[in-house]
Amino acid sequence: MSEIKTVGIAGAGTMGAGIAIVTARAGFRTLLYDTNARQLERARDQQAGFFTSSVKRNKLTQAEVDRIMADLVPTTRLEDLVACDLVIEAVFEDLGVKHQLFAALNRVCPAHTIFASNTSTISITEIAGGTGRDDRFVGMHFCLPAQLMKLVEMSPGMNTKPDVFDAAWQFCAALGQKPVRTQDSPGFVLNYFLIPFNNDAIRMVEAGIAEPADIDLAIKTAMGYAMGPMELLDLIGMDTQVLLCAAMHGLTHEPRATCPALVKRMIAAGRLGRKSGRGFFQYERDAMFGA
Amino acid sequence: MAHRIIQAGDSRSFPAAHAFLIGAIANGDIHVYIGARVGEAFTRSTNRDQCTAHLVELGDECLGVHTGEARGNEGSNVLGFARFRMGSAEPSNLIELVKQPQTSPAALVACKALFELFGFKVAVCSDVPGRIVNRLIRPYLNAALRRLDERLASAGDLDATLKMGLGYPEGPIALLERTGLAAHFDVTQALYEWTGDAAFAPARRARVAKLRGAAQG
Ligand SMILES: NC(=O)c1ccc[n+]([C@@H]2O[C@H](COP(=O)([O-])OP(=O)(O)OC[C@H]3O[C@@H](n4cnc5c(N)ncnc54)[C@H](O)[C@@H]3O)[C@@H](O)[C@H]2O)c1
Repeated sequence: MSEIKTVGIAGAGTMGAGIAIVTARAGFRTLLYDTNARQLERARDQQAGFFTSSVKRNKLTQAEVDRIMADLVPTTRLEDLVACDLVIEAVFEDLGVKHQLFAALNRVCPAHTIFASNTSTISITEIAGGTGRDDRFVGMHFCLPAQLMKLVEMSPGMNTKPDVFDAAWQFCAALGQKPVRTQDSPGFVLNYFLIPFNNDAIRMVEAGIAEPADIDLAIKTAMGYAMGPMELLDLIGMDTQVLLCAAMHGLTHEPRATCPALVKRMIAAGRLGRKSGRGFFQYERDAMFGA
Repeated sequence: MAHRIIQAGDSRSFPAAHAFLIGAIANGDIHVYIGARVGEAFTRSTNRDQCTAHLVELGDECLGVHTGEARGNEGSNVLGFARFRMGSAEPSNLIELVKQPQTSPAALVACKALFELFGFKVAVCSDVPGRIVNRLIRPYLNAALRRLDERLASAGDLDATLKMGLGYPEGPIALLERTGLAAHFDVTQALYEWTGDAAFAPARRARVAKLRGAAQG
């Protein structure tokens, strides 16, 4: 198997933009692919802003940032991913969308290319089943915000070859991330706990029990969490939360995983979270977290 | 603004000397009832309207148990509060301040300001079982105990994943071990009785710890 040098990231949204920072920063040539050119521009601006802070905080030199930004290539052409040794998919949380993308990638990419999905809730084996290369497929679940969080939950599908999983694991470690092995079980570890927890917090707002700011203050002060559930939800985005709930509830049928009606009303009102400037809180700028 | 402390038994919020207790005066115009028997002490109080506010320390119960309720229109200058505390751990710096539908806005503002004066973070919520924190974290802790039984991951891996992935200072299993699984049983059993919601039903491991504790005296 050839060494991983060039990485493709499919989807330049909240997660893809952050994962691309991680791969390019670790020295991998990174092709960031999205069907929506505006998303690529937005990602580019956020990434430039992020690296400007990194230089200001002496985490990187300007020369390093110049090298990273040159290695980070946006594209709307799927065919450009022919050069990739590994592709990490971070498109919408929808099995049909993911199957369609991977089927197309399977035609474009060479036989050695490993496919990875950043899915939060969909079964790795199910996604792999529609790719035409289920033996070269792994789950690689980064956490939000990907450019800062080290944990990656890695799961093999039923037909994933052990050497492919090992190669993806080594690659993950080479990124400077901390992989943990989890079963291909709904929501893996994190989302199994997080989705219902966040829904409970939304239901608390919905029922008028407490204001979002009070909920965050209470949880942060009592539990020492870095972020409250409401600000985390604004970062995740209501549009993603609704899809996460649908996927999670569809698999587990757990009542706490059902999406609260308030989320759908917020989406209708354009209150998606940080990405639209307003969710549970109001935001002035569209910058990324951290440096 | 000054406060007076009316202590009736041991307080979970203030188990030891604290500036909030020391800073109280005999003729303070916010009356703070603390201790396990606040109910009796509060019931005995008279001329309640003459004070700015009354603060009743709550355990797992709702404020309405002390004030009475009136078709959803209850509320006065009486508020509930609890300083959040996990089992046997020290009390946190969080005060959950409980209001009712018709609570006087002036009393609410005064009580919030009083606690903030003594350095507390104050989160306001309505009079529901579990208030904010227990309502949110107990189902999560129950789920962690259940998934541990189902071998989703080892206790160490479960804790490590949640710490690294969500920036939590401590994983759920370590947190419950440190602060007491039996105490988790007590809180979840009370919440389950109040709400009938299965998410609060004590997890098997918490029940085991409670029964073992009882057996061992
Ligand atoms: N947001 C989170 O907290 C989070 C955390 C971990 C994992 N995830 C997972 O990551 C994935 C992406 O989530 P997100 O929050 O970044 O979503 P997002 O909506 O912010 O971004 C998705 C991006 O994918 C692009 N896209 C959609 N279909 C495409 C296609 N066929 N080809 C190329 N690009 C396409 C969209 O234009 C958009 O830019 C999901 O599977 C989600 O479950 C999300």
